[in-house]
Amino acid sequence: MEDVLKIGSKEIKNRLFIGTGKFSSYPLMKQALEEAGVDIVTVALRRVDSASKTENILDYIPKNCTVMVNTSGARNSQEAIRIAHLAKATEHGNWIKIEVIADNKYLLPDNLETLKAVEVLVKEGFMVLPYMSPDLAMAKRMAQAGAAAVMPLGSPIGSNRGIKTEELVKIMVNELKVPVIVDAGLGRPSDACQCMEMGCAAVLVNTAIAVSKNPVAYAKAFSLAVAAGRLAYLSGMPSQSEIASASSPLTGFLRNNNDKP
Amino acid sequence: MSFYEVYSQYKNLDLEKEFEGISSADISDSLDLDVLEIHHLIALLSPQAENHLEAMAQKAHAITLRYFGKTIQLYTPMYLSNYCDNYCLYCGFNKQNKAERKKLTLGEVGEEARFIAETGLKHILILTGESKQMSPVSYIKECVGILKKYFSSIAIEIYPLSEEEYRELVAAGVDGLTIYQETYDEEIYGKMHLSGPKKDYCFRLNAPERGGNAHMHNVNIGVLLGLNDWRRDVFFLGMHAKYLQDKFSDVEIGISVPRIRPQAGNFRALYPVSDKHIVQIILALRLFLPRLSISISTREGSLFRENLIPLGITRLSAGSTTIVGGHTLGNEDGKCKMEDGRNPEQFEISDKRSVEEIKAMLEKRGYQPVLKDWMHI
Repeated sequence: MEDVLKIGSKEIKNRLFIGTGKFSSYPLMKQALEEAGVDIVTVALRRVDSASKTENILDYIPKNCTVMVNTSGARNSQEAIRIAHLAKATEHGNWIKIEVIADNKYLLPDNLETLKAVEVLVKEGFMVLPYMSPDLAMAKRMAQAGAAAVMPLGSPIGSNRGIKTEELVKIMVNELKVPVIVDAGLGRPSDACQCMEMGCAAVLVNTAIAVSKNPVAYAKAFSLAVAAGRLAYLSGMPSQSEIASASSPLTGFLRNNNDKP
Repeated sequence: MSFYEVYSQYKNLDLEKEFEGISSADISDSLDLDVLEIHHLIALLSPQAENHLEAMAQKAHAITLRYFGKTIQLYTPMYLSNYCDNYCLYCGFNKQNKAERKKLTLGEVGEEARFIAETGLKHILILTGESKQMSPVSYIKECVGILKKYFSSIAIEIYPLSEEEYRELVAAGVDGLTIYQETYDEEIYGKMHLSGPKKDYCFRLNAPERGGNAHMHNVNIGVLLGLNDWRRDVFFLGMHAKYLQDKFSDVEIGISVPRIRPQAGNFRALYPVSDKHIVQIILALRLFLPRLSISISTREGSLFRENLIPLGITRLSAGSTTIVGGHTLGNEDGKCKMEDGRNPEQFEISDKRSVEEIKAMLEKRGYQPVLKDWMHI
């Protein structure tokens, strides 16, 4: 059976999602999206200029991609909700990545305000994917409120530090029924691979790809790493051990023992 | 607590003495750490740091890429009025200059807006001289009402307002506040601003936080380099930006460091600042506050502006003019002439390139010109 991630009615083959904010040009971004073969991209509504004939970012998104509009710039739930409403006016308005950030230094999300926005927007019929700090209790509330997936950060946005929140994300993967998508902070394909090996449903990457020397090749590398990590996870990875398994076991004699109770 | 208290705490700091204690190791530390303290800012502004500019530049470049990507946000200034009640020694709009004064009619505001919007720009910065009588808040609000139809983001660079007045403008559609202290040295400030409401140092100094309280989305501060020893002014500028970032964690804080250039009145910089020192200033501020938005004035020449981009610049103005109605009226219709025949510019622009030219330059240098990065919400 083909391995697909289902979010709503959408069947997603490529579990690498790409953010579009930091590329040096739209044509280059388009090439990277195509080379990676992504199905889902996220676009900040603040950057969308539907009136522009030449500068509309949406014109550079490959046709097969589903656009998840994000609420970048929202500082509280009301602003996120208003941005979501504005997003509805674009043809891509139904998938919303909620981003509520009131921290201009580390860009860490405000989980409480995010939850409030999830509650309202799900009721309004949006497909809602909240970006969040990894917190199981909060993620459960978001899932209960109807979030289609949750998107915990791996490390702060743009930091390229990888999955520093590993322990917390692992717990979320174990405990949540909704897909867990690691968003932010992944710098290397191996980081993405690690997330997928852990059982994450997908990863979202922007900075690392956009600012690399060759974004097209780097996007492809991420895509391959995500696929490899997913395949490894599905294959049932052998558990790791810090001690070697002895070739001359001390209890081997029991195997040949005819001792019966 | 306001920034004035922070200023008061540090105003007698002997920076020269602090610099004497700075070693190469202090500067290396500043390059190794992610979160810098005040003594790191001092180290990066020190004369010794001039020997480490390349290493500082490499790190500043990497930080800027991580946080802002390969993008530069573009905007243009639009002067609404040059009536001014102040006598500031360095400014082309000062009331002693016998320039014919002009204030755009609402019809002219619409014409300017249409013209600018044709270039594709979505971010506008509106400016006035300081005359609350000639360009009152009610007039600014009317202008914003017109500009909202054309632009996604409207910032103001006008005389300082009360918090309530900032709230009124935010409600009307303004999302950004730009206000420069010019110099943080209270004594020099007094000597530069001979008369008019701008003489009130504290009311201006605390304006950015009144804007923050009024929920502006972004607040930009700056100093006019040349009025004071740049190291002192930039130290306080960095402290002010950090204070605002700490106090308003949901407001994007930005800085600019325009350098005095010739303008009407022929004021010359009292403390000239070299290109090398501009570089040091930008690098020090970028390393001290990695998320800081930094713009570079059109007072600087084209090539110099371009060379500064990778060091930490995030915003550029394009197609700039400092003449009231300058986008459409130009200076040919006689409306905008001084007695001696020169334009009443606030200051002379060096980088006169159009939006198209700036866009082409950015693309050539591997940066995406971002014309729209906000919306009315």
